[in-house]
Amino acid sequence: MTLAASDTKDDAAEPAIENRRGFGIVSREGAAVAATILFAALALLPLLASAIDDPFLIVTATRIMVFALAALALDLVLGFGAMVSFGHAAFLGIGAYSVAILSSHGVEDILVQTLVALGTASLFALITGAISLRTSGVYFIMITLAFGQMAYFFMISLSAYGGDDGMTLWNRSTVLGSDVLESDLVLFYVVLAALVLAFFALRAVVGSRFGRVLRGTRDNATRMRAIGFSPYSYQLTAYVMSGAIAALAGVFLANQTEFVSPAYMNWQRSGELIVMVVIGGMGTLVGPIAGAIALLLAEEWLANLWEHYKLVLGVLIVCLALFTRGGIAGAARRLFRGGRHGG
Amino acid sequence: MAGEPHLEVEGLSKSFGALRVTDNISIAVPRGELHAVIGPNGAGKTTLIHQLSGQLKSDFGRIRLEGADITRLQMPERVRRGLARSFQITSILDGFSVLENVALAVQARSGSSFRFFARAASEAALNAEAMEALARVNLIDRAHRTAANLSHGEKRQLEIAIALATGAELLLLDEPLAGTSHEESAALVALMQELKASHTIILVEHDMEAVFALADRVSVLVYGRIIASGTPAEVRDDPAVRAAYLGEEEAA
Ligand SMILES: Nc1ncnc2c1ncn2[C@@H]1O[C@H](COP(=O)(O)OP(=O)(O)OP(=O)(O)O)[C@@H](O)[C@H]1O
Ligand SMILES: [Mg+2]
Repeated sequence: MTLAASDTKDDAAEPAIENRRGFGIVSREGAAVAATILFAALALLPLLASAIDDPFLIVTATRIMVFALAALALDLVLGFGAMVSFGHAAFLGIGAYSVAILSSHGVEDILVQTLVALGTASLFALITGAISLRTSGVYFIMITLAFGQMAYFFMISLSAYGGDDGMTLWNRSTVLGSDVLESDLVLFYVVLAALVLAFFALRAVVGSRFGRVLRGTRDNATRMRAIGFSPYSYQLTAYVMSGAIAALAGVFLANQTEFVSPAYMNWQRSGELIVMVVIGGMGTLVGPIAGAIALLLAEEWLANLWEHYKLVLGVLIVCLALFTRGGIAGAARRLFRGGRHGG
Repeated sequence: MAGEPHLEVEGLSKSFGALRVTDNISIAVPRGELHAVIGPNGAGKTTLIHQLSGQLKSDFGRIRLEGADITRLQMPERVRRGLARSFQITSILDGFSVLENVALAVQARSGSSFRFFARAASEAALNAEAMEALARVNLIDRAHRTAANLSHGEKRQLEIAIALATGAELLLLDEPLAGTSHEESAALVALMQELKASHTIILVEHDMEAVFALADRVSVLVYGRIIASGTPAEVRDDPAVRAAYLGEEEAA
């Protein structure tokens, strides 16, 4: 062992500092524990659903996990790369349309559909990212928004594939010829598995050499350039990875709803993904999952209570943004630490 | 030619709007020399460092590193060719550990950073080299602290460690002593004395005692122009320098 072998910080003596913009304020270990608890709870959810005899619970949970996967993808660029992409719904749509369009031509295998979805999304991300990343700040937001809207209007204009009305899937994707995904329960566990896999894969990525360059660039790009890194290619790679994962979420979304429409791709959807990441906690990976759960549950409950629920939701989001630095993940960390140290 | 300068600057200029901040600067720095650049506040020293490091584009002039024209290269490319800088206003990764700040500079020149799975913070080879750089600036016992929690003086030392860890043989140091305590400053002067054996250094510094102790040659920058350049003794005795610069301090 060299004298440098240990990489643990003495957290007790020195609480992890929050960096200026409130990124990544939960510890690695804390995030992993929280995520594991969350995943375990999700895995047991079908038991609860059958106990209270509410099969719709599984459908709702699947939908939430699909958006959690998309939010997780967005966190890679937004939370770890400080790239505020306002067009991520386009990737969700590319994934969903890959399923619907291929399926309408008789290609129903989910592996083929997923490959096409990831390939198309990567290409779209590569081209739009290469252009968007020549700008930064507000301009980056604007240009990703513009590309997202272009994809949206492109699908609206494509009348062969439903245009504005969208497309209904006659059946869900097949897996090697089998129709197991027709079962909501199987689909639920497949999406959960994808979410767990994506979480742990991204966790490795952000801690890797590549991820360290990405995080360093987020915090201080000039410093990174001054030690010899050209951030552009790292940022672009992250953007492509993020787009591909969001497209995977789109593949599941199409299967869950059995319907695809351009509305999946409009800027409000992109905005919702950003809200999920921000209220959950940027740059934490577990935060965006919590954010997706919180936002979609709040929407569901409030919608039942009052027709103008979006107003209340707006107020809630403003409060979360104002009063919980680092979103839900940050609040959870403070709660946990506060309890342990007796206030 | 055998005696090619390590760094050669010809007619370098930069204007911000109507203000010509560096004006037709030419310097040749042989390998192994410590070349100090002094001058009053606002003389254009930091701007010159920005131009040499590639952070700022120059309006006119040429920069050659070991004979190769690097005028059009970006900052990261210049670093990879062995030219690194430190910042007058501390520029570190606040949220990273001290060790990781330095290990990243090692990582930049140690194989590809398109590696996506192994944990970078656990790479023993990177950390060991980073620790060597930290040892040179006496920051070993701070290695696992978060960089933001260092004292001001320690952050200045970290700046130097990062520059060293790039492996560059030519260092541009912009006021490394600014804001350090007496002991820290003495340690940094001793370090620069050591580095002279292995590095070519361009040192911008207001601490005249340090400058005259360390420099092989001194250039005096006033309003963007070099008004004198020579050995410390020559520069000290130069009437123009005394009038424009040193005189002010002695009178004060
Ligand atoms: N980006 C900029 N835009 C406009 N003016 C600038 C810019 N950067 C520097 N200047 C001006 O250029 C002049 C030289 O600045 P510079 O920072 O190079 O001086 P310096 O010699 O490093 O001073 P100090 O000793 O205070 O560090 C100053 O008048 C400064 O205001
Ligand atoms: Mg300066």
